[in-house]
Formats: sequence, structure tokens, C-alpha cells
Amino acid sequence: MGKAFTPGLKVSSSAIVRKCRELPLAGETLVSVGDIVKANQQIARTLLQGELRLIRVAEQLGLPATDVGDSLKVRVGDDVTQGQVLAEVSGFWGLLRSTVSSPITGKVEFFSDTTGHIGVRAAPRTVSLSAYLSGEVVEVVAGRSATVQAFGTYAQGIFGVGGERNGKLEMLSSGAKGRVDVDSLPTSCEGKVLVGGHSPTIKALQKASSLGAVGLVTGSIDDATLREFVGHDIGVAITGDESVPLTLIVTEGFGSIPMGERIFEVLRAVNGQQCSLNGATQVRAGAVRPEIIVPQPGGMSAETPQAVADGALEVGSHVRMIRVPYFGKQAHVTELPSALAKIETGAWTRVLRAKFEDGSEVIVPRANVELVQR
Amino acid sequence: MRIKPEDLKTVLVTDCGSTTTKALLFEKRPDRWHQTFRGEAPTTVEAPVADVTVCATNAFTEVQELSGRTILSASGEGTTPFEITDSDPSQGIDLYLSTSSAGGGLQMLVAGVVRNITTESAERAALGAGAIVMEAVSADDGREDHERIERIRHLKPDIVLVTGGIDGGSTLHVVEVAEILVAAAPRPRFGDTLKLPVIYAGNANAAKEVEEILSRIAQVVVVPNVRPTLEQENLGPAREAIHEFFLSHVMSHSPGYGKLMSWSPKPIIATPAAVGDVVEEYAERSRQNVLCVDIGGATTDVFSVFTDRSGDRRLFNRTVSANLGMSYSIANVLVEAGADLIRRWLPFEIEESTVRDLLRNKMIRPTSIPQTVEDLWLEQAVCREALRLSLKHHRSLAVGVAGGQKERGIADVFRQSSDRYELVDLMKLDVVIGSGGVLSHAPSRMQAALMMLEGFGLEGVTQLAVDSIFMMPHLGVLASVHPEGAVEIFEHDCLVHLGCAVVPVYPPLLKVDALASLSIDGIEIGKIEIGNVKCFNTSSKGDGALKVVPLHRKVNVGAGPGEPFERTIRLGECGVIVDGRNRPLLMPAETALAQRRVYQNLGLLE
Repeated sequence: MGKAFTPGLKVSSSAIVRKCRELPLAGETLVSVGDIVKANQQIARTLLQGELRLIRVAEQLGLPATDVGDSLKVRVGDDVTQGQVLAEVSGFWGLLRSTVSSPITGKVEFFSDTTGHIGVRAAPRTVSLSAYLSGEVVEVVAGRSATVQAFGTYAQGIFGVGGERNGKLEMLSSGAKGRVDVDSLPTSCEGKVLVGGHSPTIKALQKASSLGAVGLVTGSIDDATLREFVGHDIGVAITGDESVPLTLIVTEGFGSIPMGERIFEVLRAVNGQQCSLNGATQVRAGAVRPEIIVPQPGGMSAETPQAVADGALEVGSHVRMIRVPYFGKQAHVTELPSALAKIETGAWTRVLRAKFEDGSEVIVPRANVELVQR
Repeated sequence: MRIKPEDLKTVLVTDCGSTTTKALLFEKRPDRWHQTFRGEAPTTVEAPVADVTVCATNAFTEVQELSGRTILSASGEGTTPFEITDSDPSQGIDLYLSTSSAGGGLQMLVAGVVRNITTESAERAALGAGAIVMEAVSADDGREDHERIERIRHLKPDIVLVTGGIDGGSTLHVVEVAEILVAAAPRPRFGDTLKLPVIYAGNANAAKEVEEILSRIAQVVVVPNVRPTLEQENLGPAREAIHEFFLSHVMSHSPGYGKLMSWSPKPIIATPAAVGDVVEEYAERSRQNVLCVDIGGATTDVFSVFTDRSGDRRLFNRTVSANLGMSYSIANVLVEAGADLIRRWLPFEIEESTVRDLLRNKMIRPTSIPQTVEDLWLEQAVCREALRLSLKHHRSLAVGVAGGQKERGIADVFRQSSDRYELVDLMKLDVVIGSGGVLSHAPSRMQAALMMLEGFGLEGVTQLAVDSIFMMPHLGVLASVHPEGAVEIFEHDCLVHLGCAVVPVYPPLLKVDALASLSIDGIEIGKIEIGNVKCFNTSSKGDGALKVVPLHRKVNVGAGPGEPFERTIRLGECGVIVDGRNRPLLMPAETALAQRRVYQNLGLLE
């Protein structure tokens, strides 16, 4: 039988985190290997090509395309400014003149005598890339990318919205199991990444945002609240670009599920420290999951960093149930039968036997568990 | 490796999907070709593994362990990892083949001049070649130039197909389309140092100029026009060019595919293209109108072969609904259909908020499977809506073109229209084939039959079948080297005949109790009652002569109002399922109660 492979979310208090920061186009890298960088520091930049505007000269002047060339006041390669006349025709013994002006400042890129169009391209704009996490630059591909490495706490959520942010981690008064409402929020939220509880109310999300919180890491959220927070229904789980005032990460799923004990404790241990987080989620094979990174200021410790979960499922593995009727519960694997078994739905599938903390045992499809790191 | 059909006895085929890579072993036995063993592994195209050969090897290992046949070479030497069959026919393989849709499949941008003519033909060419059409741009799509440019510049297509104009017609608008493309300058998805692959299949007179314009940003290939005249469509050359680019620009730059391609003497085929080949071949051989759906995790593909209006030609069409699926895209079905339309198929009451949270949890953990019966029914309800929506999409694009030559001036270019008609007619549909986990692996075959009956809203008399373990892609690529073997396996191991659906259509206000009577082999088996769903299961699973006689002159069962309908049908595992609910399916207020009755009548619920 092939190796049983069950992906799990990574949660570690002593992980080596490497982030390759890559420019969308070739540009300039601003750091060198060995540099110590801050999360919000610019480490690379590039110029993105400006937009190209098509100007329908023939139509605007009422000329056949083949005649437009005679009316042109500019040539391909010329720099033009907004409002500058590009083409002009005179009629009625020169008394009536018609002109076409450039709608933008830029450079004339082409002229076509088939269509009678001129293309003017705007000046390029600069795009900068920040380090995202505080750490050491360990690799630079000149003009393309820089890799930043940090040692510290690394935790993945299951789903998030909102992009990269940095802030100070603060635990909520709701603990892991309480619902996040307005009363759970600290009085000062400015620049904070709030952690704890589950199923935040929309009012709590709105208040945290208005008080300047930059992130919320919580156990779960219900669909209606998410819709109201984001402003639309999310159809496909490709997120990260939402225009939301704070980055939201859920660790367990949708509905009303408390935050997992393990991730809660790992994050509580770094309460008050600066962290980086990103809600970007892409649920495909080799999925991108949202993440929270808390680099340790002292760099790598003498302690051996924990290996990241390799996905191997074994007897004794600690797992989380990810489907009803046991959704959210945690258990230990007690048996991994190799033969297919029939489950309640009537389907035949690979299963495992698992024991809950109360000692009860259940048989569940292997597909319905995910590994929890200890 | 061997590729001559007569030398082949053991062929290993993989389909590298976006979620799972499935390896099937096909073996020639004394009686015929068989599908014998299957192995699968999670696909490893994306980070952190980013190498398709890892999941392929995992799937081979599973086949090797289950079959006891040595498939992987112990030495690890040689250009492929395989043990090639030598003197002992029980060991090794003769040939390895593969299809692929991993990494999002083949993603294309198509552009044309007139939406309903050239752009639509371009879309059909791209879809027929197995692509997902990310965007279809037309000169007459109502958008401003800057809107089109803005939209295109953010796409990262694998290939662009540019069409426009009939041969000898005006070149102006297709040149404009090329200019817009240059202005947007989209970058290819893979290999950002490579030029974007662009196929030009438009007005031949504009080819030189378009090529000149596009070559500033792209590697351009010119092929014959997809629409040489208004009444003619010529998709073959464009499809061929897409396939060439797929291999040279997409596959070869996908993680690990260079190595995977070197393991097979035959090119990798895009999964939907392979399925399309099988469907087309089956429809042609059986002389039937066929509808086939492959409902996956992220997308739903619909294939159809219907005779055109003249009755002389069978026309193949494929569409892909890119965000209708059962795992990654399950929440998008919820968004597009709405929770109420999903809930209407359930035989129990459930809160809308619960439906929404359950489906969102499936979205974020797409590989989990239903464990309770209620959870299973909810996924099957979503499937019905995905089928309904994807068929609606398919019908809008699967059209025939016909009509006489009309003279038109240049000014008429955007007013041109061919005689365009919908090809899919459910009353004329002979066979529907369901594929994809939710249908192929439904715990009960009756569940699969009911999903297709209700999801597609079938009408008249339709044979129902499912692909037993989703092997149509594998058979499509096998057919490229051994068509007879592929046909044998398709008929014996792939298709599972579920039975036959009989659905009379009648005027909404018709007041009768029974709509039609049924007989098999001359023996009356019962009546179709208005509003009622029922199953007549016969002892025979083989063929039977079905006769359906309408009991009212306005009831149509497929031969026209009041006309009896006769056909030899395959009774299959479910027998004859009759549905007396009129079309389109309008569900009563108390849907859970009504659905409960349907489930009970079909033996799905006590």
C-alpha cells in the first residue's frame, strides 16, 4: 500500500520560516545576503509598464484610416503630454479645424494606417516589495527576488481574507472557547493582531477595525458574518486581495467552532510580540493557507527547530476531525485498517479508528481527518 | 516501449488531475482488453513538492502493490522508471500514456470580432481542444477599449486564439483586435521570459498585418480561419495548433512534466480533449445523440454530440463551467444557485445558514467526504444544481450554424448573423453519461440516476449511464494507440448502464391522473402518474423493447404529442425510472416532503 498521506495545518513554536519575495517583473533588489531587515522595509522594486491608450484618430476626425498619416502632428517614439494635439485637419479654407488630443502623458508607441489608431503609453510606475517578515536575507537573485529567513513561531489557519500585515499580537479576553463580541476586544487595538475565541460578531469585527486592529485570528466564522464583512459572497476560495480593514484568519472552519487548543497555546506564548500575517488562501493541491509568523528577536535558538509536518499518518497520530458528525473534535489514531470499509453513507472507503479524549472510539474516513502537530 | 497495437498487452495510463492522479492498468486477456487495477495519489504539481512525477510514481506504486506486477524498475536505471515487459508477460508494462489537467488545465483567452460568430467559433475551438476559456473578447462586446485592455492585461493565459472576419471580408476590425491585445500585452502563465503563444485563425487577408502587429509581444502561428464563411465553421486547424502549443509551451513548463513526457513515446493529452475523443467516437459508432458530464472538484465539463438540423451530421461540442464543481468550487455553486435552489432537492428540512456553513467547510477542506447520509444528500443536491447550471451554459454555446449566403456590406459587419440554433434538444437525447466522483462513486446507482434526471431536467426517453471509475480520459489517450482496445474497455468496464428515464412533457394545466402507459417486451409494466416519480425494476438487466403510449393527445414522450414511442433500451441496474413531474421542474412549496416521497419511491429512503 502507498504511504498514507494526510495534510495538516502547520503549528510550531520553533520553526525556520523562509519567504521568497519575488518581483512580478525583473527590477532592482535593494538588499544583500546577510542583511537584517524589518518586516515593513523595502527590499526590491520594479517598474511596471504604463497603460496603453488607443486613440481612434480616424473616427474622431472623420477620415479614412489611410488618410490619417497626413494629419499627424507627432511621430512614433515622441513624448507627448496630456492635451497635446496628436492630429489635426483643416477644412473650409482653413477656417474650421478639427483636432485629436492625447488623453494622457506618455510616449507614442504606434500608429496604424489600417485602423487609423494611435497608441500612447503612459510612463511606467514603481512597484515596491517589502520584506513582510523581520529576519535575515539569506538569498538574493539580483533583480528578481530576495529570500528572508526568520526563526520563531509559525502557524497556519484554514481560511483567511485580507493580505499581508504586521502588528503586535494580543490575546483576546474570550480565551479559545468564547465567542468574540464587542466586549472581548481590548480597549486599545491600534496596530494589534487580536487572537482567540470564535465566531466573531459583525459588530466586533467592525469595532476592531475602527479601533485600528490590523488582524484577527480566531477559531471560526459563520458564512453570513463573513459575507457582511467582505461585502460579497466568496465563491471560490482564492483570497487575499479583499479590500478589508483587517486581515481575518480562521483556524478551524465555518460555523461556531472554538479555536484549537494547540494553536491557541502556541500563539499565547508569544503574546505581545510583533508578528506578520497574511490571509491569502488558495484551496488547491499544494494549497496556500493563511499564516501567522512571530519571529524571535534573538534569531535562531540553540533548540532544534521542529520538523514541519510531513503528512504521514500513523497509529498514535493526533488528528482533528474535519467533517460532520465529529467536526472540530480531536482524537488519537488507534488503528489504520488497510482494507476498504463501508461507512454510514454506503460508500466504501479507507478508514481509521480514532479515540477521543473521553475514551470513546469511532471509525471515520481517512479523508476526514487532518494531522495536528504536537 | 512498444506502440504498435499488435505488440501491446499491458498499458499503464495516468490522468494527472488537479486534485488526484489516477493510474489505471489495462491488460489484454484471451477474451478481450480489460481494465484491471487502479492506484491513485494526491497530485503534487504545486508547492511544496512541485513535481508531477512524484504523484505519478506514488500512483504507479499503488498499482504495483495491488496487482503484484512489477511496474517500476528496481534498478532505477534507464530513461523511464518502468520495468518493460520482456520474456515474462506477467511482469512489467509495454507502454505508458498520460493525460493531464493538473495546475488548472489549459487556460486560454479568445478574441474575435462578432460575439455570436467569430468569437463563439474561437471559443468552441478552444473548448474542443480541452481548454478553459478565461475570457472571450469581442469587438462588439459593448466594452470600451480601455476596459478590454485592463481586463486582458491582468490575465495570464497559456495561449491566445485570435479570430475575426470571414475570408475576403473587412480586415479593419480584426486588426483592431490585435492592437488591443498588444496594448494589453498579457504575459504567459509559465516561463515569463517566453513570448506569449498566439494563434491567429481569422480572415486570411489580414493574417500578414495581424502577425506583424502581434509579433511585438507574442510568438504567432497563423492557421486557416475558424469561420471562412458565415455558414462554415472550420475548427480543426486551430485545435491542432492549440494542442501543439499545449505540449511545447504549457506542459513542458509545468513542474515535472518535462520528465513525465520523456517517460512516454506519445504526447500527453489535455484531459477534457481525451474525454471528448471518447464521447465523439461513442456517439459516432452507436449513432446516438449523447450528453456526457464530468463533474470534478473545480470545474464541470459538458460534452454533447447531437445531429444538426439537416440530420446529416453529428456535431460535437464541449463546454467547461470553470467554477462549478464539487469541492474547490462547491461554494460557487452555492453563490450561483442560491441556498434555496439547493435545499429544494433535500428530503429533509435544514436551515439556510447550516447549508452555507457546511458547504463552506467543504470548500476549505475539499478532499473530505460525506460521512452521514444527510451530508451525502446535501452534496448530491449541490450536484443537481451544478448539472443544471453547466447544462444551461452548454446549451448557450452548443449551437449549429446554417443558412444561405447573404450579401453584406462592410457597414454590416456587426449586424451579421448566421442562422444560429440550439443543438441540444433533451427530447432527442438518447444517452446521458455521468462522470466524476459524485456520480461515479455515488453509494447507490439510483442516487446517480436521480441526480442526472433532476439536475439536467431530462425529457422523453433517455438511457442513463455512469463512468464506473472515471476512466474516460485514460481511454481517450489509449484510443490514440489502440482504438479497438479502448472501445472494448469502454463498453465492458467503463460504462455502467443505470437504466432508462421516461419523462412525459405536457401542458401545465392538463388534468389527468395517468400520463402514459409502459410496456417492456410487450408486457405492460405500469403507468406514469402525473406528478409522481417511480421505478419499475425488472429482473432483466439487459436489453428490452420499451413502448410508451401517451394516454392523452397532448402528452409527449419523445415522438411528438400523443404519439407512442418505441425503442430498445438497456434496463441496467435501476430499470425504468418514470417521472410524471412536468418540465421545467417546479418544486412545490413543501419541497422536503415532496422529495421525501421521491426518495421513498425510488428506494433511497424508508
